[in-house]
Amino acid sequence: MGDANIKASQWRQVEVGRVVLFSTGLYANRLAVIAEIIDHKRVLVDGPASKPEKVVPRHSAALSDLSLTPIVIDKLPRAAGNAAIKAAWEKAQVDKAWDESAWAKNRERSVKRRQLTDFERFKVMRLRKQARFEVRKTMAAARASAKA
Amino acid sequence: MAPKQSRNPELIRGIGKFSRSKMYHKRGLWAIKAKNGGVFPRHDPIAKPSPAAAKPPKFYPADDVKKPLLNKRNPKPTKLRFGKHHPGTVLIILAGRFKGKRVVFLKQLSSGLLLITGPFKVNGVPLRRVNQSYVVATSTKVDVSGVNVEKFDDKYFGKKVEKKKTKGEGEFFEAEKEEKNVLPQEKKDDQKSVDAVLIKSIEGVPDLKTYLAARFSLKAGMKPHELVF
Repeated sequence: MGDANIKASQWRQVEVGRVVLFSTGLYANRLAVIAEIIDHKRVLVDGPASKPEKVVPRHSAALSDLSLTPIVIDKLPRAAGNAAIKAAWEKAQVDKAWDESAWAKNRERSVKRRQLTDFERFKVMRLRKQARFEVRKTMAAARASAKA
Repeated sequence: MAPKQSRNPELIRGIGKFSRSKMYHKRGLWAIKAKNGGVFPRHDPIAKPSPAAAKPPKFYPADDVKKPLLNKRNPKPTKLRFGKHHPGTVLIILAGRFKGKRVVFLKQLSSGLLLITGPFKVNGVPLRRVNQSYVVATSTKVDVSGVNVEKFDDKYFGKKVEKKKTKGEGEFFEAEKEEKNVLPQEKKDDQKSVDAVLIKSIEGVPDLKTYLAARFSLKAGMKPHELVF
């Protein structure tokens, strides 16, 4: 057999400094960082944010309510206090990194789609039809020229 | 007169705070009696005019005639589902020959039905009445400030009652043919006058005209209870 490039699987790990997203509960859709691991089911979580509605107070959260994001704050001391976490959060620019991620953008897009009114849906449908037409037109032209 | 406040506050339903004798004093009934010479004033009943002598009926039916039960129902006009329906709202008709059509709402008639128009030139829906329950209101609004809908009411849309023709045999067959439902010119003119203003305001908004011309339908994956209209 040829050269098989075997890469060991890498999971997102539950570790101090891992940025997490709350999927359910009171803090749904907010980001926080793991300050300390309590046991195999719970973590101490803290989420400073610039907007007061997005703040997650320091509390112990069940891992079942959280989703791990690929963002990690490096070298966060274990059980760091709120101020230290806030400083590290801002240094690592977590909010910016999150907003630019494909995950965040997809979520925003589905939220927008769900809120479209009937008229807006109609306009979107027409625009997609126009885009589709242009794509197919160029494909047909390319195919025709390839044949020729 | 403003609703009277009772001088006897309720402790619990049916039980007041003050006793009968206390209330007598509170209401000042003793003063009223004193003014009237120790007796509570009363008015003699108004003398009712003696009923006019009824003429004995000409005909007494042999069997008892059953009287139908009294029906005192007074249906209230349906409330406009306020917040959603303002004049100019685009509605989606859900049933009937115009189902799926997006239509402009003009006003609510006294019977509770909604007066709508296509406009006719845009999607073929004429000035028409429609029941609120068979309609979904969208959040899209058309400017209807220039439209005058004062003259339209339920009578305008009611069926025209024709005088009964005498049943002459020869006339029978001819009469059937002539009374076809030709829309009177007056109604066509009304439609045109209402639509002229509407179409102008519709054309002011991009895509709105084609939107009204298109029919609504549920596609795969659309869940009506999750859709925002």
